[in-house]
Amino acid sequence: MLELNAINSFYGKAHVLNDLSFAAERGQVVALLGRNGAGKTTTMKSIMQLVRPKTGTVTFQGHNITGLASHKVAKMGLGYVPEERRIFTDLTVLENLEVGRQPPREGTVTWTQDMLFDLFPNLAERRDNRGKALSGGEQQMLTIARTLMGNPSFVLLDEPSEGIAPVIVEQMVRVIQQLKADGLTVLLSEQNLHFARAVADTTVIIESGSQKFTGTLDELNAHPEIRDAYLSV
Amino acid sequence: MTNPALETKGLTKAFGGLMAVDNVSFALAQGELLALIGPNGAGKSTCFNMLMGQLRPTRGSVHLNGADITGLSPRRIWRMGVGRTFQITATYASMTVIENVQMALLSHHGQVFRIFPHAHKMHRDRAMALLEMVGMAAQAERHCAVLAYGDLKRLELAIALAHEPSVLLMDEPTAGMAPRERIALMQLTADIVRDKGVSVLFTEHDMDVVFAHAHRIMVLNRGQLIAEGNVAQVREDPRVQEVYLGGGTVFASEGAAENA
Amino acid sequence: MGLFIAQVLTGLANAGALFMVASGLSLIFGVTRIVNFAHGSFYMLGAYIGYTLMQVLPGAVGFWGAILLAGLAVGVLGVLVEVLVLRPVYRAPELFQLVATFGVILVIQDLALLIWGPEDLLGPRAPGLRGVVRIMGEPIPKYDIALLVITPFVALGLWYLITKTRVGVLVRAATQDREMVGALGVNQAWLFTGVFALGTALAGLGGALQLPKGGADLMMDFNILTAVFVVVVIGGMGSLPGAYLAAVIISVLNVFGVTYLPQSTLVLMFVVMVLVLMIRPYGLFGREEVAGEHGQVGEPERPFKPAGLQVRLLVGAGVATLAAMPLYASTFSQVLATDILIFCLFAASLHFMLGLGGLVSFGHAAFFGGGAYVAALMVTHADSPMELAFILAPIGAGLAALIIGWVCLRLTGVYFAMLTLAFAQLIWSLVFQWGDVTGGDDGLVGIWPAEWLKETTVFFYFALTLSVGGIIALRHVAHSPFGYALRAARDSARQAEATGINTKRVQLLAFGLAGTMAGLAGGLFVFSKGSVFPNELEIARSFDALIVVFLGGVKTLAGGVAGGAFFKGVEDILVRFEYWRLALGLLIIVVVILAPDGIVGSLRKAAERVGLLKRGEDTT
Repeated sequence: MLELNAINSFYGKAHVLNDLSFAAERGQVVALLGRNGAGKTTTMKSIMQLVRPKTGTVTFQGHNITGLASHKVAKMGLGYVPEERRIFTDLTVLENLEVGRQPPREGTVTWTQDMLFDLFPNLAERRDNRGKALSGGEQQMLTIARTLMGNPSFVLLDEPSEGIAPVIVEQMVRVIQQLKADGLTVLLSEQNLHFARAVADTTVIIESGSQKFTGTLDELNAHPEIRDAYLSV
Repeated sequence: MTNPALETKGLTKAFGGLMAVDNVSFALAQGELLALIGPNGAGKSTCFNMLMGQLRPTRGSVHLNGADITGLSPRRIWRMGVGRTFQITATYASMTVIENVQMALLSHHGQVFRIFPHAHKMHRDRAMALLEMVGMAAQAERHCAVLAYGDLKRLELAIALAHEPSVLLMDEPTAGMAPRERIALMQLTADIVRDKGVSVLFTEHDMDVVFAHAHRIMVLNRGQLIAEGNVAQVREDPRVQEVYLGGGTVFASEGAAENA
Repeated sequence: MGLFIAQVLTGLANAGALFMVASGLSLIFGVTRIVNFAHGSFYMLGAYIGYTLMQVLPGAVGFWGAILLAGLAVGVLGVLVEVLVLRPVYRAPELFQLVATFGVILVIQDLALLIWGPEDLLGPRAPGLRGVVRIMGEPIPKYDIALLVITPFVALGLWYLITKTRVGVLVRAATQDREMVGALGVNQAWLFTGVFALGTALAGLGGALQLPKGGADLMMDFNILTAVFVVVVIGGMGSLPGAYLAAVIISVLNVFGVTYLPQSTLVLMFVVMVLVLMIRPYGLFGREEVAGEHGQVGEPERPFKPAGLQVRLLVGAGVATLAAMPLYASTFSQVLATDILIFCLFAASLHFMLGLGGLVSFGHAAFFGGGAYVAALMVTHADSPMELAFILAPIGAGLAALIIGWVCLRLTGVYFAMLTLAFAQLIWSLVFQWGDVTGGDDGLVGIWPAEWLKETTVFFYFALTLSVGGIIALRHVAHSPFGYALRAARDSARQAEATGINTKRVQLLAFGLAGTMAGLAGGLFVFSKGSVFPNELEIARSFDALIVVFLGGVKTLAGGVAGGAFFKGVEDILVRFEYWRLALGLLIIVVVILAPDGIVGSLRKAAERVGLLKRGEDTT
């Protein structure tokens, strides 16, 4: 479904991604693990073309999307949930959803506001509140809901559990399981291994911008030396 | 009897009709590492901002080592010996690591408005000692803007310790860090608490960190303290589980936490 | 009572054009974060294009058609400017783009001169609306009534577009985080272009609509710009209802001012603005601006150390070469060098607060011209000796800076910038309108230096010593604890305040020091020229300094001085040609596009690339 092939990305002059390659299969939840500064966020941004890879290709559903404008990437069915949430704080919940709205797409769920309010009941009560009035957990839900309004077939979740109360993180686990049941593919970057374990089918570990391990969590558990070397747990 | 390092009585903040913090009373003992946890929007930040003087309480009082500091300006409170670190790191991006610490020392010594000496030569040794303490000495001359996130957090800690505070307030100190870095930073904090006798109040969402390091935990929900006690007491509290901890699937089990 | 109502109605009619231009500026700023200085130029173009179209198109349909077409045409020109000039510099450091828009002003000024000539054009009257109606016995032009009716509809239409439509939601979202809007599948490049087109079209529409009242002339661009800034600031940046209300307040007040206080019409506007901001710092309907949010680009400046031996030797050699000038250069060259030195000091003083403090002032000329006027007034009215007058120049400017800074520093970011501009304009209008004391437009003349400084060469050394001395002093302060604190307040006011630094006081003193140094430059200026005119206090003079600082490089210590020398030198060559503004404008635009780090910054990067300089650490 999504394939990264020898990606090299830079932030200013810093070389962040170094010949990074991995693939995500349709319908899977892939956890992208690694230390701080390993390049997880840059990987997400490089897929969205918010950071343009210098070399290498990103292929999505058979199309080469490297170098496309971000809005075109989004239009192809890739949804991005950034780590810092970046909701529009001056807009209401409904308006935030409106920004994310895209026409229905073949082969994916067509989300409506009501369906999203079923998925995130807390948001329903706050539909006319401005984004800045929401709590951190509600903001995180809104970010995901806003992305789903684009009817994506593939969602990038960058550290969704960061700074969120455990009880909300558990709710997030249920949401991701639901999305997977709906046929979505998810790439999830995480520091919280408990969370990753609860949702992921496979993991990709990166370090210094290169892929170091790919496999299921069970396989990872069978290689404690990899865990110790790259995950700093 | 010694005074608590920091004590609030009936601390309350209302925004319009909303009680962001509602009648919160607690005491931070000398040398204690006290965690304040609770759901997002429970009032933790508002509480912190009142302790630091950024917000004026609607009602209630804050005492620092017995002295009333309610409603004082943040700068006054800082001078009286309260340090803080931020949830989102705040450092001087255009300066080197050591200059960041020197700046805090210049302020501590009341030298901010001097225009004749060269600033980069002042308080270097003391700044270096502080960087040593947080394990950043090797990076002293690096440009702050290129530091890794975990290092920025440590730098912030060095800045917060520059004026030898008696109380340190840390707002989600390990947010955005990898598990091992989190443990390392909190271990460092625990060491400082022990060696310097600093008292620390911190908020945190990572229960692995809280359960491993906090001496005592307070739980805030909708502006009110709903539980207080040691790790085991708080973990077992059904109300805390309901509003905050959940089923416990997303943090380490009890045994694991004790081993950490 | 009749007169009162008539005046209110006239004010309401005048508010139309002002509102359209202001709402356009506000919209563009909201989405692109660009303070479009060229907005007044689009207003002027609207008037000129409308005028030409009205000559061609007949009758009432032709008249109103010409107005609409003028708006459209200006919108198209706006798209052109956005695509050709602004798109290449969106990724440049914050506020750098405003230098590009200043280049656009110069280009449009000369193009208008080229096409329509220097004469003021009298606007045609609206067919069918030539007469007056009498309201309670007072005559009101029918055209005013028409404007009065049209403007609220335009305002309502805009308000509907922004608050109720999907486009409006996207525009507001982009105002906050344009990259995120793009990542959600919205083509933000065209959203930008669309907003720029709408904003400039509104300005053009405003220009064409006021033709029957004010005609078209080459001063329109700057004349409206100040009023527009005032309106936007009073109303609150980004607020349409605010812009409308503020436009009405300013226009009505202006009409009354003309009747009852004709000597103070210009001053009045700024007094109102200062009063409003004292009570509501972010304008009537504005919200506090959060700086440094998403969508800001540009890497932080690098750490710096006091100059090493190498640099000191180099600077020493440079100064020595300058000092030896009388040995090898003509008197004329010495005069030119004096000009450049004075300008460099002026630029360095702005760079000090802008570069180190992050305090972007749009009105720094107030202290340069202010210093010059303090000295000139002392000589003219108190017959004071040159030495005393000269010393009072920096002192007076410094005191003014402390007072103005105290008010302005209540605000941050673009509000701060606008407020400094307003104060500068306040001082300018005081000087301009208080002819008995200041000579008004005729300026103050015969302000010559003392006998011992009369020689060109002696004065050159005098200027050299003080300018270089001033620049070195500023650099020294930059390396002192105070200079560090100033940078700390800019980098993270949160941390600085949390560690006991009184950031506002630090910034105020920096503002005062910058004003003092600008005043020193002004003092040197007035005695080198022997006269001073209000244009030394103008917006254009403030912009000169801004351009120089940005072109030189904000993030480098030498930026102000290098930019000053470059700009003044180039200007001196260019002004010998007829269409020098065109050439200078194009040059500025080219430099902005090719050297987004400024001259010094770009040279440094180039030197690093070829290995002449050691690389700084990579920023992530």
